[in-house]
Amino acid sequence: MRKKFSLPLVGLILFGFISPFVFTNYISQITLLWLMVLFAVTWDILGGQMGYNSLGNITFFGIGMYVSAVFQISLFADVGQYTAAFGGDNTPFTDAQYFQGLIGGMALAAISCAIIAALLGRMFFGLRGAYFAIGTLGLALAVSEIIATWDWVGGGSGISMPVFPYEADQKSQMFYWLTFVLAISAFLFVRWLYSTRFGLAINSIRDDEDKAEAMGVHTFRHKAAAWTIAAFFLGISGALFGNMSGFIEPLEVAFPTITFGIFMVAMCLLGGKGTLWGPVVGAILFHVIKETTWTYLLGWQWIALGVIIVVNVVFFQQGIVGWMQEKWPEKFGIDVDDSMSIEPAKAATSAVKDNG
Amino acid sequence: MTNIIEVSSVSKSFGGVVANHQISLNVPEGQITGLIGPNGSGKTTLFNSIVGYHPIDEGSIKFEGKEISKLVVQEIARLGMLRTFQQTRIYSNMNCIQNMLTSVPQRNASFFDMFKKYPPELTDKAEHLLEFVGLYQKRKLHSGDLSFGQQKLLEFAMALMNEPKVLLLDEPTAGINPTLINGLIDRLKKANTEFGITLFVIEHNMRVVMNLADNVYCLAHGEMLAHGKPDEIQNDQNVIDAYLGAH
Repeated sequence: MRKKFSLPLVGLILFGFISPFVFTNYISQITLLWLMVLFAVTWDILGGQMGYNSLGNITFFGIGMYVSAVFQISLFADVGQYTAAFGGDNTPFTDAQYFQGLIGGMALAAISCAIIAALLGRMFFGLRGAYFAIGTLGLALAVSEIIATWDWVGGGSGISMPVFPYEADQKSQMFYWLTFVLAISAFLFVRWLYSTRFGLAINSIRDDEDKAEAMGVHTFRHKAAAWTIAAFFLGISGALFGNMSGFIEPLEVAFPTITFGIFMVAMCLLGGKGTLWGPVVGAILFHVIKETTWTYLLGWQWIALGVIIVVNVVFFQQGIVGWMQEKWPEKFGIDVDDSMSIEPAKAATSAVKDNG
Repeated sequence: MTNIIEVSSVSKSFGGVVANHQISLNVPEGQITGLIGPNGSGKTTLFNSIVGYHPIDEGSIKFEGKEISKLVVQEIARLGMLRTFQQTRIYSNMNCIQNMLTSVPQRNASFFDMFKKYPPELTDKAEHLLEFVGLYQKRKLHSGDLSFGQQKLLEFAMALMNEPKVLLLDEPTAGINPTLINGLIDRLKKANTEFGITLFVIEHNMRVVMNLADNVYCLAHGEMLAHGKPDEIQNDQNVIDAYLGAH
């Protein structure tokens, strides 16, 4: 049985608690890191554990962002008027209004993304393998285009979000804690999820979906639930990110398919998809590499990332945690006994001994 | 004797190829029924039609008196009719115990049952069944690392875990070492007598069929050629001709 709190988990949470006091200059980077952890952890539910490589999970990030924005504005102003002024409408939000909007927006973003994922599941889970990947990529691009042409939500020129009522310092502190709590709760949630029947069921869908169907597994129910869970967390993260950046628009901020959308896949591959810790390790490593190359190799940063992805995919497909799991299986609670050899004769005799 | 599966005049074509033409057969409850026929005679197509893998062109298939020809694979599986595959299929990245646990029946599973844990009784049951097929020692190995024959045994154990009413086995002894075949025949018979599972078996190995089945159907060229007790079939001139290629 798995321990309640493992050492890496304690370490991760501890890091989360002390870093805003120790690495004060890097607080926005670490906030982004928690967001990356969340992206990777939620992507891995489908991509790693269930074998459905989604390239469109970023859709829920964007939808969550817009749902939250529209809700926050509509509470106290007319959305059409607000956005028509290209975000120049300086409707003053009081402190209370800001926080009511933020909390309500996060909740609504989570719920609506979950519902949308459940509905979209009907459409997309008829697709398998590469078709699912391309289909979901199309989804992200299409939703982004629709929002870009929808004037009521500001179209391509976006929305200026309500302004945080206190100091900039306090703003980054608040969003740091919110993303930290969100990422850790997502991690703890999937950790629990994989320990239930759900975990094995989606693993069986990954290994052989036809077999799972032939065994009477409620495959659609599991697939839709998995996507719904991912969308729920991504919706909240979108709401947070929109408020953090202060200005949202469809292409670069809300539906960044070629950055965040690809990063979530790359991080899982790097860390080891289909493992509990792989996405977390991958996210941390990827984010550190990304920020380092952005700082010291400016101009070459995309090439550096590309090289990492290529090396990872060609030479190191199982990822870091996947590799560690192969090398030290006993550390991951997989006990392999020498007596359990593949030879049938030996096993047959010891079976008698064992069961007698 | 009630018939648990009733197939009446089922036809299925793939483009111009008629795989099954007007096939009718009955599988009596509680017995072992065999299905034989030369390669390409439409046995697996018939299996696929029965379990809902593809729609049939005409005819009717009843399970416990209920029409199932319009249902899909999962619905039929949840009714209690399960099949194993000719090309053995197991969940290769999971260990044997996990393979067994995920095979528990989801017949009456409600939505929130997905998020329940596995009670220890189920692990016990899984270990028991693995012991029954002789894989207890390998329970913690990745099932993909097992030999082909062992994977077949695992697939059989997974089917038993699902507590089906009927089990459709597509060539259970193909690829299994001859010395293990006897053990497998015993286990199939035990599944029938002790667990009360009706078996419907495609088999090429005549010795196995004659040993196992209470009655046998023979297909050739997509049509029903003969039906009877094993020894009747064995001496049927049409069957002999079909197998020796006199057609």
